[in-house]
Amino acid sequence: MSTLQPLSGWARWPRRTCNTAPLDPGRLADLSPQAGQGMIARGHGRSYGDIAMNPDLTLMGALRNRILSFDAASGELVAEAGLSIAEILQVFVPRGWFPAVTPGTKFVTMAGLIAVDAHGKNHHKVGSFGDHVLWFDLYCADGQTRRCSREQNIDLFNATIGGNGLTGHILTVCTQLLQIHSGWITQKTLQASDLDQAIEIFEAHHDATYSVAWIDCLAKGAARGRSLVFLGEHATPDALEGAKAERPFDIPARRNLRMPMDAPSWALNSYTLRAFNRLYYRVNSGKPETQLVDYDTYFYPLDAILEWNRMYGKGGFAQYQCAFPLSSSREALLKLLGAISDAGLGSFLAVLKRFGPGSPERPLSFPMEGYTLALDFQLSPEALTLMTEMDEITCQHGGRLYMAKDSRMSQATLEAGYADGVPIFRSLRDATGSRPLFQSLLSQRLNL
Amino acid sequence: MTPADRPALILGARSGIARGIAAALAKRGHPLMLAARRAGELDSDVSDLSIRYNCAVTAHEFDVLDLDGHAGFLDGLPATPSIIICAIGVLGDQNRDAGDAQATKLIVDSNYLAPCLFLEQAATRMAEPGGSIVAIGSVAGDRGRAKNYVYGSAKAGFATYMSGLRQKYADSDLHVMTVKPGFVRTAMTEGMDLPGPLTSDAEPFAERVVSAMEKGRQVYSDLRWRALMAVITHLPERIFMKTKF
Repeated sequence: MSTLQPLSGWARWPRRTCNTAPLDPGRLADLSPQAGQGMIARGHGRSYGDIAMNPDLTLMGALRNRILSFDAASGELVAEAGLSIAEILQVFVPRGWFPAVTPGTKFVTMAGLIAVDAHGKNHHKVGSFGDHVLWFDLYCADGQTRRCSREQNIDLFNATIGGNGLTGHILTVCTQLLQIHSGWITQKTLQASDLDQAIEIFEAHHDATYSVAWIDCLAKGAARGRSLVFLGEHATPDALEGAKAERPFDIPARRNLRMPMDAPSWALNSYTLRAFNRLYYRVNSGKPETQLVDYDTYFYPLDAILEWNRMYGKGGFAQYQCAFPLSSSREALLKLLGAISDAGLGSFLAVLKRFGPGSPERPLSFPMEGYTLALDFQLSPEALTLMTEMDEITCQHGGRLYMAKDSRMSQATLEAGYADGVPIFRSLRDATGSRPLFQSLLSQRLNL
Repeated sequence: MTPADRPALILGARSGIARGIAAALAKRGHPLMLAARRAGELDSDVSDLSIRYNCAVTAHEFDVLDLDGHAGFLDGLPATPSIIICAIGVLGDQNRDAGDAQATKLIVDSNYLAPCLFLEQAATRMAEPGGSIVAIGSVAGDRGRAKNYVYGSAKAGFATYMSGLRQKYADSDLHVMTVKPGFVRTAMTEGMDLPGPLTSDAEPFAERVVSAMEKGRQVYSDLRWRALMAVITHLPERIFMKTKF
């Protein structure tokens, strides 16, 4: 049973009518995607661009979310791949376990986390989500389901982590959870008046468990790169007082707001954005340096506003996330920030983060040792021109773009950014026969 | 009695609605007995519910169409159910089924005859200790529509049967509730073109069903559907027949 429905990524552009069906492992063999158009699996649709959509056939996997086993001694969790981080938190935080790596939204499936090799605020310490996957079962092009791990089907294991769902459908996942002693995070906020200071802070706090910076992408001159660096540690019970110490895993239930409608397109302009950024800096730099915040507030601030993507109006937006090697990060970031503030385009929340070592064994995994910058642009011809300009700066400095966020980069930009990985990935796709069968708008656009 | 002393039997446990209701009951601490055909495939639901909610969950082979097996099935359960959720139903394919004796009989047997016979027998056993029978009907039974009247008429009969059962046991401790879901977003309907605002997700829907059960409601249906169906059922037949609904 299949049906047509309009789909888009979280950025709401591009939007296409897609033929969809439930991802049902028992019936995968009966599917016959049209020759040359293939199919792709989709979870909660939280990647930004066209990575999880295929007009010919998109398989919806989020309802396959059953927990299959949990070892309370080791923290090993086995579940159907549609299980989300939100569910993991709900079930396992009260028992003292936390996802080893979490991105900035909890509405993501484990299959999605693997497909983009997602990173979190602790990448510099523990790597990306793929580093905490012990094994997964992959439905392959030949109709077989294979167990992939660091011991068996190693090439498939590595190519699938970060492989955008293009090596097969990820059906079952075994991941290692992290032991915690409370649901609270000790947050430390440090101000950086320019980019150099922000980098200095990151380098000086390499042993912080979590670190991320909000960066004012519109500040000019001496204030270029002005940032607030947020460091975080899982709080131990002795850091808690009163009721929190008695029930360290109870965190206040959050009242979610919902963005009720699309913001009008004129609401976002360089004045409102500049004003917002200035205000955000002032409000947050006035807060005490060390604060105790619950994990929901610390990790998922935007999840509290359901459908916040409507803030950018009905035309949608594009998120831009790039990473640079350590040696060229500073120069590249200054050039990018210069181009952004010159154009007067930017976003409410631009994020800067120090990455630890990448995973060269995974051909399409995004993180590399150095810095990553992420920000949104409301879609407009000017924004698209700016992003093309940013692509050039990124390529010139040995950087690359994150495919989970992308909806517009060129094949050349991809091949420059993943120079070693793309040929390996393509030949694995050819060798396993997955190239004609597993396709998305992204794979077609980038010829993956 | 605490929820731990009130085990729940879920019939047709593979369906999305049943899965949602099972979760809502497990959250409250009820031990669960999941029943369906090919019970082996319920293993993942057993592990999921027992790990998520720290409760006892078992799976049981059950074919409602095996009418002679009903008594033996009830006798063989590890505990006498205090709650029965009946989520048995076969949607069928209207175009294929209409006029086909075999297919129509299967729809009527699965949606009406067999569940009614089973619940009649279960009710007899539950009347004394008391408990709740919650049967999932359908708004399709409220008015015959060209799109699904084979299924809809069987569901109409089922609803009438439940209404009678409810009256029969009105003076006992047995509570009989009929649920009339509209379109709930589940695996079963995922491929279907569902109307947006009238579609509810299985989880919040199940939560409302169980809380209606706890309050002792007779019929539970979503407010929006109740409003819509109030209009639909009151349209004069000569007008209704001309509509495309």
